[in-house]
Order: sequence, then C-alpha cells, then structure tokens
Amino acid sequence: MSELVVEDLHAVVGETPILHGVTLTVRSGEVHAVMGPNGSGKSTLSNVLMGRPGYRATSGTATLDGVDLLALPTWERARAGLFLASQYPTEVPGVHVADVLAAAFTASGRDPALVAGRMADEAAAIGFDSSLVDRALNVDLSGGEKKRNETLQLAVLEPRIAVLDELDSGLDVDALRAVSRRLEAATTGPDPIGILAITHYSRLLEVLHADVVHIFAGGRILDTGGPELVDRLEAEGYASWGA
Amino acid sequence: MATSVETGPFAHLGAALVDLQLPSPEAEEWRYSRVADLDPTRYSAASATPPEAAVADAEAMVAGFVDGLDEPPSAVVVLVDGVVVRATVVDDRVQVDTSPSVPDDEAPDVFSIVNEHVATAEVVVGTQPGARPTSPVVVASCTAADDVVVAPRLRIRLGADSELAVVELHRSLGASTALVLPVTRVDVGRDATLRHVVVQDVDTGSDVVGSIAAEVAGSATYDGWLAAIGGRYARTRVDCRLAGRGADGRLASLYAGGGDQMRDLRTFQDHLDRDTTSTLEFKGAVDDRAHAVYTGLIRIHPEAKGSNAEQSNRIMTLSDEAWAESVPNLEIEHNDVRCAHASTVGPVDADQRFYLESRGVPTDVAERLIVAGFFDEVLERCCVPAVAGLVRPRVARVLGGGGS
Repeated sequence: MSELVVEDLHAVVGETPILHGVTLTVRSGEVHAVMGPNGSGKSTLSNVLMGRPGYRATSGTATLDGVDLLALPTWERARAGLFLASQYPTEVPGVHVADVLAAAFTASGRDPALVAGRMADEAAAIGFDSSLVDRALNVDLSGGEKKRNETLQLAVLEPRIAVLDELDSGLDVDALRAVSRRLEAATTGPDPIGILAITHYSRLLEVLHADVVHIFAGGRILDTGGPELVDRLEAEGYASWGA
Repeated sequence: MATSVETGPFAHLGAALVDLQLPSPEAEEWRYSRVADLDPTRYSAASATPPEAAVADAEAMVAGFVDGLDEPPSAVVVLVDGVVVRATVVDDRVQVDTSPSVPDDEAPDVFSIVNEHVATAEVVVGTQPGARPTSPVVVASCTAADDVVVAPRLRIRLGADSELAVVELHRSLGASTALVLPVTRVDVGRDATLRHVVVQDVDTGSDVVGSIAAEVAGSATYDGWLAAIGGRYARTRVDCRLAGRGADGRLASLYAGGGDQMRDLRTFQDHLDRDTTSTLEFKGAVDDRAHAVYTGLIRIHPEAKGSNAEQSNRIMTLSDEAWAESVPNLEIEHNDVRCAHASTVGPVDADQRFYLESRGVPTDVAERLIVAGFFDEVLERCCVPAVAGLVRPRVARVLGGGGS
C-alpha cells in the first residue's frame, strides 16, 4: 500500500503565488479526480509535485510513502514511484521511447531488457500502432497519439501514484475508452496504483471511476466528496461552489 | 637601401614560404578563431619515409575501419604523416593516382598554401564518364610523428554522368602533437554525383586547419558530410561552388567538442549559375570548456536566377563554460531566388530534459539522450550510412569524456 500525502501545499510559478494550501491523500487503488476551471492552478499542482523548473513549493509538504518528494530532483521523484502524464507531452527529436524507458529501468535497478516486450504488450492493450511507438518521442504524433503514448509509458513504468494532467484532452471517444480501461485496470488487482486525475471534463470519469472528487479553484480545494460531486458539477457548474 | 622582409612562421618549411604570415584574427574569415595561438615554428616537415611500425599501425586502424563498412571499398589509399604508403584499387572503374604534388595557386588560405608546398603527393581519385562503382573509396590519413606538419592532399574528379562515394578518414595513431593541414579539392562533372564523407578524428594534442572545396558542374550533385570531432583547435573551411545550371550542393555536418577543444567551421555556398540548389544542415555541441564557431555565407551571383539556398546551423552548449557563436550571412545579387537560413545556440531544452527526468531518467543520462537525438538527424543524412554507425559512439565519448 502506497500513499501520496500533500499537506497545505503553497507554490509559486516564477514569483506568482498559484497554490494556496492544497491538502489531499491518494492511496493505492484509489482514483481521485481534481476538477476545476481553466486557470485554477490544477496543472501547477501536477508540475510542483513532479518538480518542473519554474514551479516552486514555498510551504507545505508532499510525501510518497514517507519520502519527501519536494527535496528530490525530478528523476528521483519518479524513481520513488511518482508518474506525471503531461497535458502537453514534449517533443524530443531523435529520442525513442524505448531508450527512455530502458534508461529509467536501469536507474531504478530493473532489467532494461524487459522494456521491449512490455511496450509491445501495452501498445496492443491500448490500440497504439506499434510503428508510432518507434518514432521519436511525441514527434509528428497527433494529440490523441501523444496521450496514448503517455499511457503506454505509465503502464510500462508501473508507478505507485500517477498524476494525469488533462489526459483526456485530444483523445477521441475510442482512444479515451481504451486509455481509461487500461488505467482502471491498473487501479485494481493485487498491486494497484493510485491515480490523481486532473481534468475539467467528466468524460474521463465515465470509464475511470473516481472514488474521490476534489473541486478545485483559485489554487485551493473548495470541496471534496464522492462521484456525486461530478453530477452536481454537470448540473450547476463551478459557480455552484462560488468559483 | 635594402627593404627588410619579415621572415614568417612557416619559413623553415620551404623557400617559397619565407614571407608567408599567419592570417589576422581581425579578418572576417578568422574572427573568433584560435589562429593567433598557433605556433607553426614548433612543427617541422614530416619524414618522407614513415617508420614501419607506424605503417603497420595505420594498416591495422584502416582494416578496423573498413570492417565496419557495409561493403569492401572499391579502392583504399593509406597515408602516414602525409606520405602515401599504399594505394590499392579493387574496382577498375575507380582511378587512383598518387603523383608528386605541384602547387597550383588555387589555395583559399595560408594553410592551404603551406599544404601545397609541404605535401609530398597529391592523391587523385576519380571515375571515367559514365562509371558508377558501387562501393566507396577509402582515403585514410594517419598522423604518427610528433611536432610535424602533416599535409594530406586529395583531389576527387568525377567524369560526366558518373557516380562515386569517397570516405576520407583523418586519425592519429595514438597521442599526437601534429599540425594537420588537410586540403581536398573536388570536381564533380556534368550530371555526376559525389557522395563525400569526411571524418576528422585526430588526437586532441594536434591542431587541424583544413579546407574542402567542391566545384559542381551542371545538373551534378555534391553530397558532402563532415564529422568534426577530433583535434584541439580544429578548423575546416568548406567551399561549395555551384558552377553549372541545375547544380546541387548538399552539406551536412556533425561537430562536437569537449575538454578544451575548439571547433571552427566556415562554409561558403556559392551559386554561380541558374537554377542551382544548395542545402546546409550543421549541428554541433560543446561541453566542458570547449568552444565552437560557425560562420556561413550564401552567395547568389548575378547569373544565378531561380536558385534556392538553405542554411541551418544549430549548436548546443552543454556546460556553463562551453561557448559557441553562429553567424549566418547572405549576399544576394539576383532577386528571383529563394534563400533561408536558421541559426541557434543554446543549452539543452529544459522542457525536454524535464520530460525525460519525469520518467525516472537521471539528469546526465537525459542530457546524453537528448544530445544523441539532436545529432540523429545529421547521422541519418550520412551518405555512406555505415560511417554514421562508426561515428556515433565517438561523439558520445567526445562529449562525455573531456574531448578524448
């Protein structure tokens, strides 16, 4: 059992305060949805957790199984079990996903020879064309293909906790279903992962069922509840929370 | 009263060089160079008969290189300290001649003049009109002795409608402190195609000042690919003269420096006739305290109506002390042409590094992957693909191992 514990997290982007005290706990097997309007700071939360340059926590804590994430460089946060599926996956010309995953396996003491077979299995599971897998990272991929690629990497790396930043944007209906099913499967079974899904639509949650929903605005969580919050959001919008 | 003539730094290399002076670093073509740090008086002329041990080492190195190619070469020429020690022709459609060198006053700079007078032979590689030997010619120039001037001199002549690949390899046999001055002249006849690969990988104790000049006739193609990874101060000037209607020049280069190396590349894309096309894609990286300078000029002459020229040079600086300068220039004397140039100097992209790190890849490994990926495009353009495979690991060592 793993847990990501975020307590009273404040953060700045550049010098601008964006997060104003975020507290949540995600455990193995749980799916948490963070839902909020554009510009509410949702992406900042994911970037601060992963340590993107320019995003800085000013107070509060974030730990994964007791490990102080904020004290670690990004790659060690990943090695500790955190994964970030990017909203806009970066193009890296000439670099192939197999090489990246093999390097990550090596850095975490796993056998890099396992990567090729697992990539093939995961590509098949989410209907990702294997010829696209061989391309340079995210280069000449459509928005949907990039998101499948993120999901493939997540599945091969098997993190403890995955943060999904707008994973549903750019995905067509079929791709959304394939990706959501794969993620749903990852949260069940003997060694499930925990998911923190950042989204402003509820469509990802039609297949990937959220156990906990956080309504997020102005850099803080306004409300936390069960899936019923999604229904309220659909009916009344964020204005219902005064956002 | 007799006028006094200042004796130049090359005087000890020959009577014809008594007055020859080093170029001024103030001159545009030598700006940012390390020419002022060179001391030619340190280097004597190389022996006309290289020691047997050096010849054996050279043959072993060449055998290893040839093994890495996809097919046996059509001809092999081996030089040690500028002296031809072997010329073997396997495919009789290739002509190889190693006559004594005769100065011809075509030298584009001081060091080429020195080469003309110091070179013991000019290696001439060519094809008859219409000939298309399939496998490449390998010309390997090895540096063995210390404190000598090494002056390999190569001329490639392609007859009309012929096709040839030539791989030029410049290596040292162990640690070496030479001044290497390679000169290569190329004539591509009408409708002919030359694939020309140059790998400059001499020891970091040696300085290199070289020149490659290609003259491309009508409807002919010069496809040049240069890997510049060796030497302490290493400069290569590339002239591509598109002299006949529809001539096509393609220049690509990968250059890398670590330690205290300096890469110095100067290119000239000269469009002299109508409907000529040229592309240039250079990519470099400097690590540690290494420096790189690139200057490139596209010249469209008044007769070059309908020409199309592109030039792109990108340099990555991989450490705080690494330094690079990239200066593109255009000189256009006809309006009905298309010219494009791009030039960038900068560190590894922070977003790319973060993306790889977020997968659990350590920072230094992430940077190595990104730099290798950056060079991939140029390596894939190598017109003798097997050479790209031989160069790839050397680039990683130059950037990861202080230039060695």
